[in-house]
Amino acid sequence: MVVELFLDLLSQPCRALFIFAKKNNIPFVFKHVELLKGHHHSEEFGKVNVLKKVPALKDGAFTLAESIAILLYLSRKFNTPDHWYPSDLQKRAQVDEYLSWQHATIREKGCKIFITKVLVPLAGQPFSPETLEEAVEELNSALKQFEEKFLQDKPFIVGNEISLADLVAIVELMQPVGCGCDIFENRPKLAEWRSRVEEAVGKELFQQAHELILNVKNLSTTQLPPELREHVKQFLKT
Amino acid sequence: MGLELYLDLLSQHCRTVYIFAKKNNIPFEFKRVELFKDSILGRKMPGGNNPGHSREGQHCREEFGKVNILKKVPALKDGVFTLAESTAILLYLSRKYNTPDHWYPSDIQKRARVDEYLSWHHTNIRTNAPKTLWIKVLIPLFTGQKLPPEKLQEVMDELAISLKQFEEKFLQDKPFIVGSEISLADLVAIVELMQPVGADCNIFEGWPKLVAWRSQVEEAVRKELFQGAHERILNAQDLRKVQIDPQMKKEMKPLLLKMLK
Repeated sequence: MVVELFLDLLSQPCRALFIFAKKNNIPFVFKHVELLKGHHHSEEFGKVNVLKKVPALKDGAFTLAESIAILLYLSRKFNTPDHWYPSDLQKRAQVDEYLSWQHATIREKGCKIFITKVLVPLAGQPFSPETLEEAVEELNSALKQFEEKFLQDKPFIVGNEISLADLVAIVELMQPVGCGCDIFENRPKLAEWRSRVEEAVGKELFQQAHELILNVKNLSTTQLPPELREHVKQFLKT
Repeated sequence: MGLELYLDLLSQHCRTVYIFAKKNNIPFEFKRVELFKDSILGRKMPGGNNPGHSREGQHCREEFGKVNILKKVPALKDGVFTLAESTAILLYLSRKYNTPDHWYPSDIQKRARVDEYLSWHHTNIRTNAPKTLWIKVLIPLFTGQKLPPEKLQEVMDELAISLKQFEEKFLQDKPFIVGSEISLADLVAIVELMQPVGADCNIFEGWPKLVAWRSQVEEAVRKELFQGAHERILNAQDLRKVQIDPQMKKEMKPLLLKMLK
């Protein structure tokens, strides 16, 4: 039986999985869970992930949530090239370090920007410029730490080759970009790193994964029908 | 030069590393970091100008800054190699010292379950549980003001949601998160849940399954080691007697206000 990946490419962790699986030619069935339509609340999806979040994996009877757990599971099951999660103890530790740190920093602040700039207005609620400003400031602080501690003067987070750390980082940083906050502008080091990551992943695959988020601005100016607005409101609560 | 672990046992993340290393007889030098003197949530305190700070204390602070540029605990130093983030440190130690399989099982599905918990933990129990200590002990300590009971109730309600998910999704009817033996997942969970206990919030009350699980975990770790690791947090109320540096109070205020939102 082929692995099933339950994804919505609007979601950063889903993009990381999508790119990783495609890049490594891991056969999978793309099960589309449309967050803005509330698909993640369906009973069917609840059987795959009781936490009702994407991404999720189903491999026969085995189900798994949390993108990092899924990435690691796939890397082990499909024996992906070493550089993704190096077997060298110290390099591996550096990947783990980034994957742990990013939850409450890059990921959290990037999400806050997306919620404030895109989701809140989509739900028909008033947009708060102060909240956005605060979120941008917090992300700036996280980006500073990212450059100083994790990237430094290296081509990738862990030395010379792309790893899960870079993949998880880049998809999160594309979220503010999709919202119209170009965090790569005036950050040449970061912009160069982004180029290298896109190259390593394959530009076409990278673009494909990011098509939805890069067009999300179009969503925000469209009037959503009331049922969809309700779904977004529900989404904001979860 | 041997393994150095920079720890303050007030911090739940430090307790995980401490218990794991001790339980597995991993030789290390305990480098004591005092969170309210040397590094407060990543903010480095000004150096030797402060009265009452010994030269030795300052040296430790400088050394600590070199070990972990993020200036958070725990931190590891193994020769020239330095590492932050408790999850990364735990995994590094488990690999380097070849700890028993049950901590991070080699079976890929069981291992995935540990990873799944460690990841979920960050944005759930780890965001909620520590707030109890801040609201009940630390914020009043820093600001001299007690917080309204609604604030604590809000946090307890959020925590209850996480605990429900913890029982339904992760623990279910098993003795431990990943089956019949303790793993890193249980260790990371238990120390976090002891934080509210240190704040005199008995979050285990009304959750018999959690109580049973906590007993199993303490037993598996060894009660004496568990108690020893938790001595500082279980006397967190003693922190109320500490005289906080006025400069530190000033620095902390904006951060504390943010935490209240």
